[in-house]
Amino acid sequence: MTRKQRRLVLIGGGLGVLAVAVALMLNAFRDSIVFFNSPSDVAEKHVSPGTRIRLGGLVKDGSVVRSDNMTIRFEVTDGKSEIPVSYQGVLPDLFREGQGVVAEGALDRGGVFDADTILAKHDEKYMPKEVADALKKSGHWQDDYAQRPAVPVGQNK
Amino acid sequence: MIPEIGHYALMLALGLSLIQGTMPIIGARTNDPVLMSMAVPTALAHFVFVAIAFGALALSYLMSDFSVLNVFENSNSAMPFLYRLTSVWGNHEGSMMLWVSILAFFGATVAVFGGNLPVTLRAYALGVQAWIAAAFLLFILITSNPFLRIADAPLQGQDLNPILQDPGLAFHPPMLYLGYVGFSIVFSFAIAALLEGRIDPAWARWVRPWILGAWMCLTLGIAGGSYWAYYELGWGGFWFWDPVENASLMPWLAGTALLHSAVVMEKRSALKVWTILLAILTFSLSLIGTFLVRSGVLTSVHAFATDPRRGIFILAILVIFIGGALALYAWRAPLLKQGGLFAPISREGALVFNNLFLTSACATVIVGTLYPLALESLTGDKISVGPPFFNATFGPLFILLMLVMPFGPLLGWKRGDILAAAQRLLTAALLSAVAIAAAFALERGGPVLAPFGVGIAVFVMMGAVTDIAERTMIMRIPPGAALRRAIGLPRSAWGTAFAHFGIGVTLLGIIGVTAWGSERIAEVKPGDNIELAHYRVTFDGVFSRPGPNYNDVVGRFTVHRSGELIGTMEPTRRSFPARNESTTEAALMSRGASQLYLSLGDPNPDGSVPVRLYYKPHVLMIWLGALFMFFGGGLSLSDRRLRVGAPRPAKGRFAAAAQPAE
Repeated sequence: MTRKQRRLVLIGGGLGVLAVAVALMLNAFRDSIVFFNSPSDVAEKHVSPGTRIRLGGLVKDGSVVRSDNMTIRFEVTDGKSEIPVSYQGVLPDLFREGQGVVAEGALDRGGVFDADTILAKHDEKYMPKEVADALKKSGHWQDDYAQRPAVPVGQNK
Repeated sequence: MIPEIGHYALMLALGLSLIQGTMPIIGARTNDPVLMSMAVPTALAHFVFVAIAFGALALSYLMSDFSVLNVFENSNSAMPFLYRLTSVWGNHEGSMMLWVSILAFFGATVAVFGGNLPVTLRAYALGVQAWIAAAFLLFILITSNPFLRIADAPLQGQDLNPILQDPGLAFHPPMLYLGYVGFSIVFSFAIAALLEGRIDPAWARWVRPWILGAWMCLTLGIAGGSYWAYYELGWGGFWFWDPVENASLMPWLAGTALLHSAVVMEKRSALKVWTILLAILTFSLSLIGTFLVRSGVLTSVHAFATDPRRGIFILAILVIFIGGALALYAWRAPLLKQGGLFAPISREGALVFNNLFLTSACATVIVGTLYPLALESLTGDKISVGPPFFNATFGPLFILLMLVMPFGPLLGWKRGDILAAAQRLLTAALLSAVAIAAAFALERGGPVLAPFGVGIAVFVMMGAVTDIAERTMIMRIPPGAALRRAIGLPRSAWGTAFAHFGIGVTLLGIIGVTAWGSERIAEVKPGDNIELAHYRVTFDGVFSRPGPNYNDVVGRFTVHRSGELIGTMEPTRRSFPARNESTTEAALMSRGASQLYLSLGDPNPDGSVPVRLYYKPHVLMIWLGALFMFFGGGLSLSDRRLRVGAPRPAKGRFAAAAQPAE
């Protein structure tokens, strides 16, 4: 083979692999992407039952009910709307009433969000970023959510 | 006083890096040996001052000096010695200090061990390294100063994030940073080659030790982080495709490709332009990783704090260095001479194949990691790209790569014989068929494709063994002669075999645990049993146990296998009063390479306790494979060719090299 042919083989091979990679990605993008929604988004966009989404907001105070079989029910709120959530399993360490939460799953026909994953991810303020943004959007953000443990005021050098 | 010394040392280091970034480069352009010779002492002094600054911060932590804001926010005098030390880098400011310390360390290694490098190349490389250091020192001094004081020192600190209070913190971040900051020096060498406008196979030989060293540390750092997440987060997952994990995987994939293309460049003088590009891309991905983790665009356990100024600053560093490097590449690369010819079926061809697949796999990870960020900033839609995406894209590419991998080392340089290679791999293929049959016969349940995955893993492992068997001719000559051949083999050949074997071991672990792992979630009262995969776990009760800065609630469980007592497990809930947080300390019981994994939930008011019990078959192989890869890298690094073989440039050649070749 001449130098030119060899180079063509190389370039052809490279483009081939790239095409395969792009095809795999496009295919995966079609079925494996999950959108994040706040409870108001769910109400506004009429998310249909069975569509996998992430639901984020605050765990409504006093809404957590534990029952048999390790089933937990609670409500996720962003101050405007609330969505009841049901989850079976052990909750992550940082799950608390009044704190941010992100649940992944789908709505059932009765309007209850059936979560299969409750995300343990958080930053040091107990507020997933998506949840903080959603709260800010709905106008229910309070600055004390983000308050760090108080540093003596005005004493930084 | 100590923090002020540290602060001052940091500023001096910045000044030194500015000198190191200008004088040697001017010297190299004007062929002035005096200016060029400034590179080595300034690089060493720079390292000394950064080390002093880091030491000052570490000392402030060890002495629990809460008048330092950073110490106050992240430490507590009740913490054990180890955690007071490791909390130095368990926060944003401190981890950036570790970043620049390692950057300076690698600069110093070039100054110390670079005696056989051409003087101009070393001057350029250290100059470029100094620019990176200057950028990050400015970042620390302007946006993330760890030495800020509080006027009225509090008596007690706020404690370290409980998840980070683990021996894993002593190991994972330094190792990971050694890896991904280590590629900075390779980047500097690539820029130096472009500035010089001259590149030859010797470049690959000079740079190889640093590529290998960084790659080894990155491998171990990623594996260590994975094992830490596995036992600390209480979910038993070893890889989450979390953007922060991807941030370390991307440079690993590009670095692995670089490691292989540098071999082609060294041996055959081909792929030179491509190798330079990979060197730039690998460190660019490290910078992107730093940006993702440190800027606060992501939320995860790794994002310690969010401050928009920091994000913008790192973004600026990113744009300047990556943009500048690629622009220089676009301008200079066409001037570099193309190298040797080779047929598509050859060792070079196999390594090109390796590079294509590794970079494509890397591209899928980049897209999956950055697409959600891009989409959010363009349309405001928030999406998550999780494991299904990566399994569907990264997975197939990697499987193909695994299938071809054993052929590579068996092909000759320049022109290979694929049939002969296939014949040699016949035994490996037969063994892999046996493994597939055995997996079908022995394992119940799991996906149908899993036994084939086992087959591929065995094929990869046996392929590595075949390579060594062929080279020593163990089947054809008497054992004594074969042993002599084995000893005489270059260490890099052994290194290749070990690293390739390790990939197979890791793959076997991943398939074992994902296909045949099982779990039970239950609420138990004392005396209750949980049955899982031949094991019976009995709950005896809970008791509390105080620790230095936490309190443990310990669950006690006895484990029987087929009726025989094999031990006890004590999963723990650990609560930290200083932050009012708690963590799950899972209990692990190893049985060969498999593990039982037990984690405890918060006890209910009625005395029952929710527990998660997992059976993780072959899970330890995942990290054992990484150790093989690390060991293989080490063997390759100790190859004498890397040290003795690199010829000192003769006087005449040096004079020629010093001319800017434009």
